[in-house]
Amino acid sequence: MRESRTIFTHLDWFTVGIYLILVFLGWINIYAAAFNEVHPSITDMSQEYGKQLFWILSSIGLFVIILFLDGRLYEKLAIPIYIAALLLLAGVLVFGTTISGARSWYTFGGFSLQPSEFMKFATALAVAKILSAKEGAISKKERWLTALIIALPILLILPQPDLGSALVYFAFLLPLYREGMPAWILTALLVISILFILSLLFPLSTMILGILGLLGIAIFLLRKQKRAWIWLVLAAVSSILVVLSVDYAFNELLEDRHRNRINILLGKAQDPKGIGYNTNQSMIAIGSGGLAGKGFMKGTQTKFNFVPEQTTDFIFCTVGEEWGFVGSATVLILFTVLFFRLIYLSERQRSSFSRIYGYSVTSILFLHVCVNVAMTIGLAPVIGIPLPFFSYGGSSLWGFTILLFIFLRLDAYRMQIL
Amino acid sequence: MNKKALLLFVLFLLMFVIFAVRLFYIQVIDDSYKLNAESNAIRKEYVYAARGSVYDRNNKLLVTNVAAYDLLVIPNQTAAFDTAKLAELLSIDPLRIRTRLEKARKYSSYKPSEVVTQINQRDYASLQEWIHYFKGFYIQKRSQRSYPYIGAPNVVGYISEVTEGFVQNNPNYIMGDLIGVTGIEKSYEDQLKGQKGVRYVLVDVHNRVKGPFSDGQYDTLAIPGSDLISCIDIDLQLLGEKLMQGKRGSIVAIEPSSGEILALISSPTYDPNLLVGRKRSKNYTQLYIDSLNKPLYDRALLAEYPPGSPFKLINALIGLQEKVIETNTTFTCHHGFHFGSLHVACHCGTGYPIALETSISKSCNNYYCSVFKRIIENYPNANLGMDAWRKHVMSFGMGNFLNNDLPTGRRGFVPSSEYFNKAFGYQHWKAVSTISLGIGQGELLLTPIQMANMAAAIANRGYYYTPHIVRSVGGTVNENYIKPHKTTINPEHFEPVVEGMHKVFEEGTARASRIESIQMCGKTGTAENPHGQDHSIFIAFAPKENPTIAISIIVENGYWGSRWAAPIASLMMESYINDSISRPELVQRMVDGNLDDEYNKQALELAARKLKLLAK
Repeated sequence: MRESRTIFTHLDWFTVGIYLILVFLGWINIYAAAFNEVHPSITDMSQEYGKQLFWILSSIGLFVIILFLDGRLYEKLAIPIYIAALLLLAGVLVFGTTISGARSWYTFGGFSLQPSEFMKFATALAVAKILSAKEGAISKKERWLTALIIALPILLILPQPDLGSALVYFAFLLPLYREGMPAWILTALLVISILFILSLLFPLSTMILGILGLLGIAIFLLRKQKRAWIWLVLAAVSSILVVLSVDYAFNELLEDRHRNRINILLGKAQDPKGIGYNTNQSMIAIGSGGLAGKGFMKGTQTKFNFVPEQTTDFIFCTVGEEWGFVGSATVLILFTVLFFRLIYLSERQRSSFSRIYGYSVTSILFLHVCVNVAMTIGLAPVIGIPLPFFSYGGSSLWGFTILLFIFLRLDAYRMQIL
Repeated sequence: MNKKALLLFVLFLLMFVIFAVRLFYIQVIDDSYKLNAESNAIRKEYVYAARGSVYDRNNKLLVTNVAAYDLLVIPNQTAAFDTAKLAELLSIDPLRIRTRLEKARKYSSYKPSEVVTQINQRDYASLQEWIHYFKGFYIQKRSQRSYPYIGAPNVVGYISEVTEGFVQNNPNYIMGDLIGVTGIEKSYEDQLKGQKGVRYVLVDVHNRVKGPFSDGQYDTLAIPGSDLISCIDIDLQLLGEKLMQGKRGSIVAIEPSSGEILALISSPTYDPNLLVGRKRSKNYTQLYIDSLNKPLYDRALLAEYPPGSPFKLINALIGLQEKVIETNTTFTCHHGFHFGSLHVACHCGTGYPIALETSISKSCNNYYCSVFKRIIENYPNANLGMDAWRKHVMSFGMGNFLNNDLPTGRRGFVPSSEYFNKAFGYQHWKAVSTISLGIGQGELLLTPIQMANMAAAIANRGYYYTPHIVRSVGGTVNENYIKPHKTTINPEHFEPVVEGMHKVFEEGTARASRIESIQMCGKTGTAENPHGQDHSIFIAFAPKENPTIAISIIVENGYWGSRWAAPIASLMMESYINDSISRPELVQRMVDGNLDDEYNKQALELAARKLKLLAK
């Protein structure tokens, strides 16, 4: 009893509050989006809103269990959990069921489970475990191990294929940066991203000529500095390599659907009826909400299925349509406050394991919100990735709940660590 | 706090700001998404108002509605579909679907446009089963015109879809709306069309109706068009059309005491139902290209003829009014009117002095040339004389539009002094230069309805009511049609003329058409024309006292007045007054009689002329 009292006094109720509000808002928006006149009850288990209630209640059970387990357990079990999750992920490629083109699911009767959702917290645990193993500088071996831990899930998720879930692992760049990864890696990644987007927009020849042109100008400007040209030439060559590989990847590696989505997003192709339909309809739904929205259950775009995947990846449309700018901005504020709070909590951790894990949790949630909302408002291509705590789905809600509450458990336990 | 944590805070804020700005833009500033959402989910459906019905004067239904269906499309909701299947269901050419879709897209990609209109019950049944395969298409019920009587097409008129140009200038109409093109359908369009209702319904992504928008609070009910009661007597109309069979021309019958048009016949006629439904355009083309018979040309209102001898009545009245003759003034006819080198032949065959009544019953040309000469010469110069004469003529509604409720009409032509000044040079002309006006020839042109109106004015002994085709709209009568128009002739001058017209039947040119039971008054006419045989013309009214019907009849190239026009007038008046016909053999003779030989000859001559022109 004394143990449990400690937990509840030390638990960060602020975060739990935001979590509960988000989950509740998600639930009523799923109700509005999926409302079926034949089954009007919000608890009807044949409908998504009824099922989501079950997922919510079971998530609450899940976090109660997480909170009662010994805080030290997570650090100890980090690697076994990671390996178990990895095995589940590998297994889905063999035993999984294909749903809308991706073999990402285990199905047992009417129940399906997406292992990639559990891989997220497992990877976060493993990364925190490896990087916190030794005090002081991180050795070369640990760096490579960390890279491997992050890369393995990506390699297993890509063939499903599920680009969205694979993209999530880029979130780990932020905790790595926090733990001492040199800033030039982030800078280089930024430059590569810019080169990536530019080389999608412009033909290969233009890109190469542009880089060579810039090289010439830079060498001229820096002609007084000895050896500067060596670095400039190196930078140019690597830029050209990036451009070439993007060209290759875009044309040879990406699937048509991704290529099309990227082209449409970049404005190189227009197709409001086909591939662009999702983004178009999503923006219509959100845009038609106006300042204050059409009111709860009054949205026509989501209710009548104009928006695809309206309860899962596009749940934000219902928020935008029925609650307007006020509602969608409120949801964004809730998320932003949550992120601030989580970073604040991470920074107050005494153990580096907890801190790294906290950063990972925050970054994963942040990346999900960024990509998901950007997609619904036409700032990113359509990448299937759920809005944390909002989107319909047991696996994702469980996954995010475990991800968050392990951290809250660690936070509540922080005083016990010397 | 760790400095690196700040970078994350910046990232979070950046995300929030970028998203908030973007959301503000698409939700609050840019309105296009709201419009798109409306076109996505709210469909404006029109509830067509039933067009008003039209009844004849005896409450017989002339025009009514039957159910038909339209196929509409909202272009931006369509998906790839099987054009061939749709074409098969509608039994039309697949190419037409493509062109209609293209047109619809041009008009608006999110507003509904018609693909095919007036689909009949049978096609509708099969189409309804398949419609859900064709995204963006839906069926709308509306009514279609139906004309229970096969006849009177020029009276009832027809309706047609509005054109793109028309819609642009008339925002009350949308593409696919129907509008009256001729006849009552046109002139009473505003009363007949009613008001479309609008229904806003919510549709889902599959274009299925999910219910009313906002509980229907923006919906409006369709207001049906008003019913009209026409003055037409459909039995009389059909009899007239039957009698005119095989002959070109027209009959106009008017009730003198009200100006109500009892029959308005333009021959040849056609079945108004030809211009309804899917075969409409094919039928229309067939009627349209018949350049010889011109069935779509309403002769009763548009054809202008020299009136010939019936116009002598007007000259007699003017002569009496101008006091240049009296009822017992006599002229002796020596086979015509002779003045210097001018000769106007006459076949009245009298040769003894004849007074007014006989001059009418025998239709003496000499008499009226002399009267006309006196009228003009009664004034200091021909100019003044001509203008005085013209004023009298125009008081009978000639030479001008009648301003009635018919959608079309012509002025006819009553020449003025100005006209002759232009033709002959200022004052270089005299009464004799224009002498043929005395016998209704020359420059004078009248439409059949003007001639009927003239008969009505004489029947009324000096006034007429504007001839009109609709008695009341939803129970109200047009004020303009109950005001009498007085002629410039004093009433007492009409009696001798009426007596003369009575004599036409009793002992004159139309004695063969006389019947015992009705005192008829009339005047035959034989109008020369450049196209071929003379026109057979007759105007009449009956009974002599308190007349109930005035009539004008023109049978083009019908040789002379008593050959066709007079018997037809007699039969029409008998039928209208007695409700029966005592001379079935005469009816048969009229029905059987045709002028095909004459018309064929004209057609051949026309063709020969054209060939000659081509050869040149």
